[in-house]
Order: sequence, then structure tokens, then C-alpha cells
Amino acid sequence: MIKIKNLHANIEGKEILKGLNLEVNAGEIHAIMGPNGAGKSTLASILAGREEYEVTEGSVEFDRKDLLELSTEDRAREGLFLAFQYPVEIPGVSNVNFLRTALNEIRAYKGEEPISAKDFMAKVREKSAIVELDSKLASRSVNEGFSGGEKKRNEIFQMAMLEPKLAILDETDSGLDIDALRIVASGVNKLKSPENATIVITHYQRLLDYIVPDFVHVLYDGRIVKTGTKELALELEEKGYDWIKNEVDAN
Amino acid sequence: MANYTENELAKDLENQEYKFGFVTDIETDTVPIGLNEDIIRLISSKKNEPEWLLEHRLKAFAIWKTMTEPEWAQVHYKKPDFQAIAYYSAPKQTKKYESWDDVDPEMKATMAKLGISMEEQKRLTGVAVDFVMDSVSVATSFKEKLGELGIIFCSFSDAVHEHPELVKKYMGTVVPTTDNYYAALNSAVFTDGSFCYIPKGIRCPMELSTYFRINAGGTGQFERTLVVADEGAYVSYLEGCTAPQRDENQLHAAVVELIALENAEIKYSTVQNWYPGDKNGLGGIFNFVTKRGICERNAKISWTQVETGSAVTWKYPSCILKGDNSIGEFYSVAVTNNYQQADTGTKMIHLGKNTKSTIISKGISAGKSQNSYRGLVQISKNAQNARNFSQCDSLLMTDECGAHTFPYIECKNPSAIIEHEATTSKIGEDQLFYCKQRGISEEKAISLIVNGYCKEVLNQLPMEFAVEAQKLLAISLEGSVG
Ligand SMILES: Nc1ncnc2c1ncn2[C@@H]1O[C@H](COP(=O)(O)OP(=O)(O)O)[C@@H](O)[C@H]1O
Ligand SMILES: [Mg+2]
Repeated sequence: MIKIKNLHANIEGKEILKGLNLEVNAGEIHAIMGPNGAGKSTLASILAGREEYEVTEGSVEFDRKDLLELSTEDRAREGLFLAFQYPVEIPGVSNVNFLRTALNEIRAYKGEEPISAKDFMAKVREKSAIVELDSKLASRSVNEGFSGGEKKRNEIFQMAMLEPKLAILDETDSGLDIDALRIVASGVNKLKSPENATIVITHYQRLLDYIVPDFVHVLYDGRIVKTGTKELALELEEKGYDWIKNEVDAN
Repeated sequence: MANYTENELAKDLENQEYKFGFVTDIETDTVPIGLNEDIIRLISSKKNEPEWLLEHRLKAFAIWKTMTEPEWAQVHYKKPDFQAIAYYSAPKQTKKYESWDDVDPEMKATMAKLGISMEEQKRLTGVAVDFVMDSVSVATSFKEKLGELGIIFCSFSDAVHEHPELVKKYMGTVVPTTDNYYAALNSAVFTDGSFCYIPKGIRCPMELSTYFRINAGGTGQFERTLVVADEGAYVSYLEGCTAPQRDENQLHAAVVELIALENAEIKYSTVQNWYPGDKNGLGGIFNFVTKRGICERNAKISWTQVETGSAVTWKYPSCILKGDNSIGEFYSVAVTNNYQQADTGTKMIHLGKNTKSTIISKGISAGKSQNSYRGLVQISKNAQNARNFSQCDSLLMTDECGAHTFPYIECKNPSAIIEHEATTSKIGEDQLFYCKQRGISEEKAISLIVNGYCKEVLNQLPMEFAVEAQKLLAISLEGSVG
């Protein structure tokens, strides 16, 4: 699905990613953990195509295409989805209009006809149920006046609507109470299939009680420094990030 | 479903060039260029006008000659040479059309390009269209149906002949000849425009619409519009305009007067899309307009405008809230791109007690353009309990454009409550990235964001007009983020 090789990236002349390697296959869920400032959001932004970052070395292959050659919107149309750590508000633009525009752009890219209003509304109803999103929120302006939890649920709702091949969830658990966390996690689990894959970026082990990852990676100082299974997350929780820091700095 | 219009419009936005920049090849009958008493007499006689109107024109001309062009607006342009303009141009065929079938096919083609084919208008919207090609009305529909209700909706010239008592009674009562330089000029040389009268207690059952269009090269256009809603009447009036692409500047100096008598309501909506000049600031229309309405007791006037065109715009649709409990509203979106300059806003003059006004202004600047909001809220001594709320937002698309806000408040009554809010923001990189990450192209993202930003204003427009306005916004802002 995605193959990241020796990825180096700068922002404003400062190197943030320093040779990152990661491979994710269809049907898998990967968790990326790491202390604040490690470069987790940077990785997500670069994969999504944010222009402020400069990739200086390395390659990213997505579904057998050179991801770094594609524009942001084409990456999305190819099936890459980013659930933002800080979802953006777009005043005056209804959620449904936003999503219908997005959906039709993706369909047009694939040479498909625009979705009919009827099918679209049916889809909205079906998918909003997955994250127990109040149908009223679907017709409100994108993220405007949403609570923190509603914004995160809205991200997963959008993911459900757009049905990506690879979803990257950036700290989708932060700021969620336990009920919202359960809803978001069960949404993600329901959307899991053998054809798609998910990268869950998180700071806390807590989310991984609900979304069980096949692999857990620790991102520290711009590199994946440790890879394991769910147990690694528990160990991290117990020993703290200093454990990793000490281990890496000792080498 | 209203939500989807902003989406569907984006389909036909491939063409970056000014969409309506074509010239219709119709023979016109033009007076010699220049401005003097003889020209005014010629215009008046060509229009077969009564003596009182000629006198009115000559008086206005005498006043205009003593005035100087105003310079206080935040705009810079080469002043028009008033002696180099032809002041009258009418399509050659003088025959009036009895039915739609009689209309010149070329004219029909023009209307089709404008997206306002009569058939469609009739079938879909029930809009009566008084189409002004250059200065003379050439097609009027729905006249009979309106006639049954006693509603008069016709060209200004026809009104002069058929309803002289109404024209005489109301013309110049809201915008006097002496009001300002361009109003005086208009009063001297106006050629045609629209007249509308809604009798007592009548609610006009359809939107009344006039499309203005400049068509003969080098011809200034001086429209005169007068809308009178008698006691308890209601009318929604639409005015939209497009103009062919030109290299030389063309002057447009219209006067619009609205009169809302006791308990009457007038809703006046404009989509303005005059040719703005090319990417380098060459050509384009000068749009110097005087629009004003007066409200008697319990009356209401609501101005809604979407301004995307013109090289230079100078325009302040205003309300004189004369009667107690009267209401004035101003909803505006003004877009400037490339080298366009707009100085626009409103005046709310509170004279009566318990008068209320609302001002919502959304400025969008792109390219190297300059966009100014200029508004006056005036509360007179006797306007007990007057209220005003103003919201002026500016959205910047680039680092090279400018947005300016000049709110003036003159309050002579301490019981007044005046609220003013203003914001300036740059179109968000974060918003654009968010849209693109969902697969939405930059052009569509801008269209979505901008239409969302203007929603409060667009919501005031009648449905089909809102669709057109959204298209214009998107077209005007293509490729404009930087
Ligand atoms: N726009 C930016 N400008 C400068 N530095 C940045 C910018 N974005 C992120 N950084 C820096 O990059 C590093 C990694 O940040 P980030 O990827 O957000 O970390 P994480 O998501 O793991 O907490 C931090 O040191 C942060 O300060
Ligand atoms: Mg982060």
C-alpha cells in the first residue's frame, strides 16, 4: 500500500525527518507513537502534500505510484486520507456541500459520474450513523462551532464518506472523552477491510485498547526507532518516552 | 438543495477570460460625440420627449457645468473626457416587438449567451424581463399580467409618455439633480432605464428584472431607474448587467431612486458584472452610480448587491429612513481582482423614530486590486431609539491587494444604539489545504470558501440570482490566490 524509504524533510531549514522508513500493507493497522515534537504530524503532512515541507531525500511509493510527484488533491483522489489533528473550520460551507464536492471530484478523477442527490443523502445517513454523528451536524458549516469531540467525529465521518485506501489519523484521540473515544474507535474498526489500511498516530496507549494495531512504531527525533506489536505500546505506557530517548541517545 | 448550487456552478468555470465579453452586431443609431445643449436637445427630440423633461435636462446640464468631479473616493483613474462620449445610442430598428417571435434573432442569441433566454425565464422562473440593450428597451414581457394588478413596469421613456404624472411627481425627489456630479450629468443626458410602480396594497407576484448591457463602442450609458411602491405594496426588483469586452474606458453613471410609501417594502437586488478591464488593468467600465431610497412610515428598503465587475466602482446604495419605524438594509459583496478599484458602501440616514438599519458588507480583494468600504450611519436629533448594526468584513486573496474600511458615524440622539464590527482576514492556507486533502481542486476550494464567506449576503438574493452571483464570484476569482 505505502512504502516510505529513507525519508528526509526540512521545514524552514530545520531537518525534522531524518531517514524514516515505514511499510504498510493492505488490511493492516499501524500505530505510530512518539513524544511531542518527534515529527508525527510532520510525517502526516508530508504524505498529504503540504507544501511548506521540503523533502530532501528518500521516496514514497503509494499504491505503486510515486506519491511525492502527485499534487495534494490527486493524492486524496488516489485514496489517501488525513484525519487532521486540528480540523479546519470553513464558515458558510455546509458539511454536506463540502463532502459532495469532494466526493464528486474524486469520482470525476476516476472517470465516474457525479453521485445523485438521492444516493448522496442515503450515504450521508448511513455513514453518519457509524460515528453517531447528529444528522444536524451534517448540514452545519464545516467544523464551525463544533466541539473538539464533534470535530474529530466529523473527520471519521468524512473518512467513511470518501472511503480511502489509506487513512492517516493524526491524534484523533486527543481531546476525546471516553465515550467519544469509543465511538471514534468503533467507527474506524467498522471501516476496516482487507483492501484498506490505517495509520493511527497517537500519543497515548489508551486508543489502542479500542483500535488494535497489527504493528506499533515509535517515532523519535525524525526516525522510526522501534517497531513491535501491541505489547510495545503497553511497555511504552509503563516506562515512558524517556526509556526510548535514553536507549536511542545511548547508541 | 440550495446548498448544491455552489458546487454545480464550478463546472462551467474553465474559461478564465471575461465570459460575457462579446459584441453583438446590431446597427445602432448614435448621436454625434460631445456634450452641449444641442446634444441634449437632440436626445430629447429623438426620444420625442415633452417640453418639461427637456427643461429638466437643460437645468441639470447647467448645474453640472458648475460642479467638479469628486475626488474623495479611494480610487485613481484617468478622468473621462466628457466631450469624447456619444450620449445616445439606440438599436436601429425602431419597431417595438409585439411578441417574442418578432425579436431580432441576433438579440435573442445575445440573451442566450447571457443565460437569460426569454423562454427559459418565462418557463422556469416567472420573471418579467425588461431587457435593455444599450439605452432602449427592446423587449418587455409579462406586461399584461402585471397590468391586471395595476402594476406598471416599463422603460423609463414609455413611462414619460404613458404615466407623466407619476414620473413628474417622483423623479428627482430622492436623488435631486444637484445631489452630485454624476447625478447631475445623468439628469441631463439619461437615455432610458426602467420605471416601476406598484399600486396601494399590491404585492407584486413575481420578481421584476432588468438586464442592462452596454453594446455600442464608445457610448456612455446613463440609466435612470425609478421604483415606487405605494402604501402597503411590495416588490422585489432585480437588476443585473454584463458588458462586452472593450479596450477603452466606458462611463456608466446611473441613477436609481426607490420610494417606499407607508407600510411598503422594496427589495432591490443587483448583480453587477461590467467589464473590469484586462489582467493588466487596461480598459474596463467606470461605474459611478447614485442609488438611494426613501422610506415613509413602517416602510422597508433592502439593497442587496454583488459587485464583481467594473474597472472603477463608486457606489453607495443608501436609505433615508424618514418615517417612524422604517427599516433600511444593505447587503453587499464587492469583489476586486487584478487592477480593479471599488469604493462602495452605504448611507443610512435615520430621521424617524424607532428606525432600524443593518449593514452587512463583504469585501474580497485579489490581485493588485483595491477594495474600500465607505459607510455613513447618521442619526438625526429626532430619531429617538434608532438602531444600527454594521458588519464589515474583508477577505484578502493575495499580499498585493488592499482592503480599506471607512465607517462614519454621526449621532445626534443619545438614545441611539450603534454597533459596528469589522474583520480582515487572508484566505486561509489551512482551509485550502484541508479542501485539497479531500480531493477538491484549488479553484473549487476558493469558490467554496468565498461563497461560504458571502453566504449571509447571497442568502438575501432570489434563488436564480444567487446561482448567477455564485458563478460570477467564482469566475472573478479564478487563479487569484497568492
Ligand atoms: N511550521 C513549522 N515551522 C517550524 N517548525 C515546525 C513547523 N511545524 C513543525 N515544526 C517543528 O517540527 C518538529 C516536529 O513537529 P510535529 O511533527 O508537529 O511533532 P509531533 O506531531 O510529533 O508532536 C517540532 O520540533 C516542531 O516545532
Ligand atoms: Mg502532532
